[in-house]
Amino acid sequence: MLLDSLLSIITFVPLIGAAILALFLRGDDAPARRNAKYVALAATCTSLLASLILLAAFDPEETGFQFVEEGEWILGLTYKMGVDGLSVLFVMLTTFLMPITILACWDVTHRVKEYMISFLVLETLMLGVFCALDLVLFYLFFEGGLIPMFLIIGIWGGKDRIYAAFKFFLYTFLGSVLMLVAMIAMYVDAGTTDIVALLGHNFGSETMEIMGFHVLGGFQTLLWLAFFASFAVKMPMWPVHTWLPDAHVQAPTAGSVILAAVLLKMGGYGFLRFSIPMFPVASSLLADFVLWLSAIAIVYTSLVALMQEDIKKLIAYSSVAHMGFVTAGIFSANQQGVDGAIFQMLSHGFISGALFLCVGVVYDRMHTREIDAYGGLVNRMPIYAAVFMLFTMANVGLPGTSGFVGEFLTLVGMYQANTWVCAVAATGVILSAAYALWLYRRVVMGELVKESLRSITDMNRREQAIFAPLVVMTILLGVYPSLVTDIVGPSVGALLDGYGEAVAQYGGTTQVAQHGGH
Amino acid sequence: MQTGDLTIILPEIVLSIFAMAGLLAGAYGGRDRLGPAMIWTTSALFAVLAAWIGLQGAGTATAFGGMFTDDAFARFAKVTILLSAAAVLLMGEGYMVRSDLIRFEYPLLIALAAVGMMVMVSASDLMALYMGLELQSLSLYVIAALRRDSVRSTEAGLKYFVLGALSSGLLLFGASLVYGFAGTTGFAGIFEAVQGRAPVGLLIGLSLVIAGLAFKVSAAPFHMWTPDVYEGAPTPVTAFFATAPKIAAMALLARVVYGAFGGIVGDWQQILAALSVASMFLGAVAAIGQRNIKRLMAYSSIAHMGFALMGLAAGTVAGVEAMLIYLVIYVTMNIGTFAFILSMERDGAPVVEISALSLYSRRSPTRALAMLVLLFSLAGVPPLVGFFAKYSVLLAAVDAGLVWLAVLGVIASVIGAFYYIRIVYIMYFGDEESELDAGGSTVLTGFLVVSAALMLFGLWNLAGIEGPAAAAASTLVR
Repeated sequence: MLLDSLLSIITFVPLIGAAILALFLRGDDAPARRNAKYVALAATCTSLLASLILLAAFDPEETGFQFVEEGEWILGLTYKMGVDGLSVLFVMLTTFLMPITILACWDVTHRVKEYMISFLVLETLMLGVFCALDLVLFYLFFEGGLIPMFLIIGIWGGKDRIYAAFKFFLYTFLGSVLMLVAMIAMYVDAGTTDIVALLGHNFGSETMEIMGFHVLGGFQTLLWLAFFASFAVKMPMWPVHTWLPDAHVQAPTAGSVILAAVLLKMGGYGFLRFSIPMFPVASSLLADFVLWLSAIAIVYTSLVALMQEDIKKLIAYSSVAHMGFVTAGIFSANQQGVDGAIFQMLSHGFISGALFLCVGVVYDRMHTREIDAYGGLVNRMPIYAAVFMLFTMANVGLPGTSGFVGEFLTLVGMYQANTWVCAVAATGVILSAAYALWLYRRVVMGELVKESLRSITDMNRREQAIFAPLVVMTILLGVYPSLVTDIVGPSVGALLDGYGEAVAQYGGTTQVAQHGGH
Repeated sequence: MQTGDLTIILPEIVLSIFAMAGLLAGAYGGRDRLGPAMIWTTSALFAVLAAWIGLQGAGTATAFGGMFTDDAFARFAKVTILLSAAAVLLMGEGYMVRSDLIRFEYPLLIALAAVGMMVMVSASDLMALYMGLELQSLSLYVIAALRRDSVRSTEAGLKYFVLGALSSGLLLFGASLVYGFAGTTGFAGIFEAVQGRAPVGLLIGLSLVIAGLAFKVSAAPFHMWTPDVYEGAPTPVTAFFATAPKIAAMALLARVVYGAFGGIVGDWQQILAALSVASMFLGAVAAIGQRNIKRLMAYSSIAHMGFALMGLAAGTVAGVEAMLIYLVIYVTMNIGTFAFILSMERDGAPVVEISALSLYSRRSPTRALAMLVLLFSLAGVPPLVGFFAKYSVLLAAVDAGLVWLAVLGVIASVIGAFYYIRIVYIMYFGDEESELDAGGSTVLTGFLVVSAALMLFGLWNLAGIEGPAAAAASTLVR
C-alpha cells in the first residue's frame, strides 16, 4: 500500500506542508516564523525519508519503470507517475537538498511563511518533473516551477531582483511553450500522452520539405527542435544562458542553491527522457550541433567567468560551463558519456549548491558579493576556508572529488563521439581551474587587510551542519562512483540500445533510398 | 403556434415577465429604494432558472417552425450565462449602492439582456438570431451609460451604441445576402443548401455575418469599442460585459458557423483563424502599456476571445468542446478578478490605477494570494486551470492541422503573460505600501477566494464541466 503510492507521497508531502502553513499559521511574530521553518523542515525531511525507502526498494537491474501509479484524469490525460534508473537519483538529489535549503534560510526574517510555502511548493513541482510519466503532467510540473521561483527571486532577491525575475520567467516560459505545441503534436500523432507508450512509438523521420527546405529527420527533427528550445534554455546552454547569471545574482542564497542544484538538471533530464529515446534519428542528426554548442559553452563561459567581479556571477558562469559537459556527454550517446552526464548533474548539484552556500555565508556577514571586498578570510575563518577549498577543488574536478568523475566520464564519451569537441572541452577544464583557483586566492588567501573584515566570524554550528552532508556526498561519490553508475547503468544501457537500433535502422532506410534513387 | 412551443421557451418567458413586472413595480412603487432588493431577486431568479435549465433531461427540441432550438449546447451556454450574470449582479450591488448608482432598472435591464442572450444561443434562424442579439444589445447600450452625469460613461454608451449599430447593420446586410443565395433564413435550410462549394455572394454574406458577430465578441480588428466602454462604464457593468455577453456571442457564433455553414468549414475556418491571431496578439501587446486595470482587462478579454476563437476555428467537435471549456474557465477567472477590482478602494472611493496596488500583498495577504492565483491562471501558467483552458484549444487546433495557429497562440500567450505577472510584481515586489483599504465586503472576498480556489482545485476534475461540454459540442456539430 505504502509502496504503491510512494512516489505520490514523496511528491505531495511538501505540498501538504505548504497547505498547512497557508491555512493554519497566523501572524508574523518570532514564534510564528520559527514554526513556519519547523513545519517546512519536517515536511522536507518526511519527503527525504520516504525517498530513502524508495531508493532501498528500487531495483537497479530492472530497466523499466518502477513504482508506477496510474489513474484517470481530465481532458483525456492520465495521472501517471513512475521512476527508472534515469530519474530515481534526481528524486533523491531533490529530497536530499531541500532540508539543507530550508536550513540555509534559517536566518531569514522577511515574510518567512510565504518563503517557506514557496520552497515547499517548488519542491513538489520539482519532484513531479522527475516522476511524471504523462507528457502534460510533466509539462505541468516543469512549468509550474516558474511561479514559486519567480516569487522567490522577486520578493526575497537582491537589488535588481525585478529585472532578473522577469527575465527568468519570460525566457523560460517562451522556451517551454514551443515544447507544449510539440507535445500536442506528439499526442495527435501517437494518440496518447503516456510517456511509456510514447517511448515505444516511432515518430516519423522521413525527410520533409518545408518552404523549400529539405528537413532531414522530418517530423522528429521538428519535435526535437521544439523540445530543445525548452531544455536548452533550462539547462542553460550557450547562447541562451544569459538569464542564469542575472537570476543567480539576484536570487537569495537558498534560491540560488535550488536553481543551480535542481532546476538546471531538469533540462538534462528532459534530454534523456524525451530527446534521445523518442527522437533518436533527430538526436543523431543534430548531435554534432549540440556537441559544438557545448564545447563553445565550456570555453566561452569559462573565459567569461574569469573576468567576473561578483562571486555569485562567477559561479553562475561556471555552472553554465559544467552544464556544457552534461549536454556534450548526453549527445555523445555512449555509455560513458551518458553515465558521466548523469553523474556530472548529480555532482554539480552538490558542488554548486555548496558553492552558493559558501557565498551565502560571507554575504550574510558582509552584505556584498564583490570579490574585491574580500581577501585573507583564512585568517579569521579557517573552517570556512577549508570547506570553500574542498568545493573549489571539486568544482575544478580534482581527482577524489565527485567533480572529477563526471568530467572524466563525459570527456571519455566525447572523445569517442567527436575528438575535436573533446579537445576543446578539455581546455575548458584548464580554464575552470584558472577561474576557480583565482577566485579562491582573491577571497580567502593573502593578508587580511580590509578593515571591515577584521571582526568577521567563522561558520557557526548550523552552517557547519549544512555543509557536512554536502562534503560527505562530494567525497563519497568521488571515491566510490559505482554508487551512482550501478543504478543508472542498466537504464542508460537500455536507452542507448534503443537509440542505436533506431539510428541504425534509419541509416539502413536512407541507404536503400539512395540506392533506389540511383 | 402550439403550447409545446411555449413550454420550450418557458424559461425565457418567465424571465421576460419578471422583468416587465419589475419595471411596473419600480415605476409605480418604490422607485430606486427597491434597487438592492431587485438585484437580489434577479440573481436568485437567474440561479433558479439556471438550475431548472441545467436539470432538464437530454434531448433536442425545436419551436416556432425551427426558429428556436433547445439542445444540450443551448442549455450549457444558458446555464453559464445565467450563473455568471447572477454572480456579477451580486458582486456589483455594494458598489452601486455606494456610488449612488443604484437604479431599479439596472437589474431588470440585465434580466432583459439575459433573455436576449438566451434567445441568441438558442437561435436557429437568422431572424431569431437578430432578435436576440438586438434585445441584448439595446439593454447593454443603456446600462453602459448608466452613470448619466459622467461624461466618460455617456461617451462609453454612445460609442458602444454607434459601433454596435454599425455591426448590426453589417450583420443584417450579411444575413440578407445569405438569404438571397440560400433561399431560406433557417439554419437547417441553409445547411442543406450550402454544401461543398458556396457561391461568392453567400461567402460575402457569411463574412459580413461573422464580422457583425466579431463586434459582439470584441475580436480584433472589431474590438475598438471595448477598452473605452470597459473604462467608462461603472465597474459592475464592466464586469458584466466581460462575462455573460461574451459567452452568448461566442455561442451564437458557434451556432451560426456550425448550424448554418457546417458544410463549408474550410471557408470560415480561415476567417476565424485570422480573427483569432489578430485578437491574441492585439490583446497581448496593447495591454502592456495600460495603467488602468479596467482597460487592461478589456485587452485581456480580447486576447482570451482570440484563444476561444482558436477552438472554434479548429472546425471539429473537440474544438467546440475546447471553446466551451475555455469560456467557462475564462468567465470564472473574470468573476474573481472583477470581484477584486470592485473592492479596490481608497477611503471608500473606487480606484482603478494598477500602481495603487503597490505592495498590496502586505496589506491584505489572503486577497493578494487569491489574485496571484487568478493572474497566473489568466496568463495560462501551469499547473493552474487557466492552463488547461489554453491546452484544450491548442490541442484542438493542432489536431485540426492548424499548427501555425497554435504556435502563434503560444507566442502570444508569452507576451500576454508579461502584463499579468506585472500586476503580481506590483502587488508583491513594490516599493511603497499600498494605500488601498484592506477590506472589501464579504461577498466580494467570497467570490474572489472561491474563484481562485477553483483555479487550484479544478485540477482535480475541472469541476465536472468536461462531460456536459462534450455533450453540448457533439449536438452542435453535425
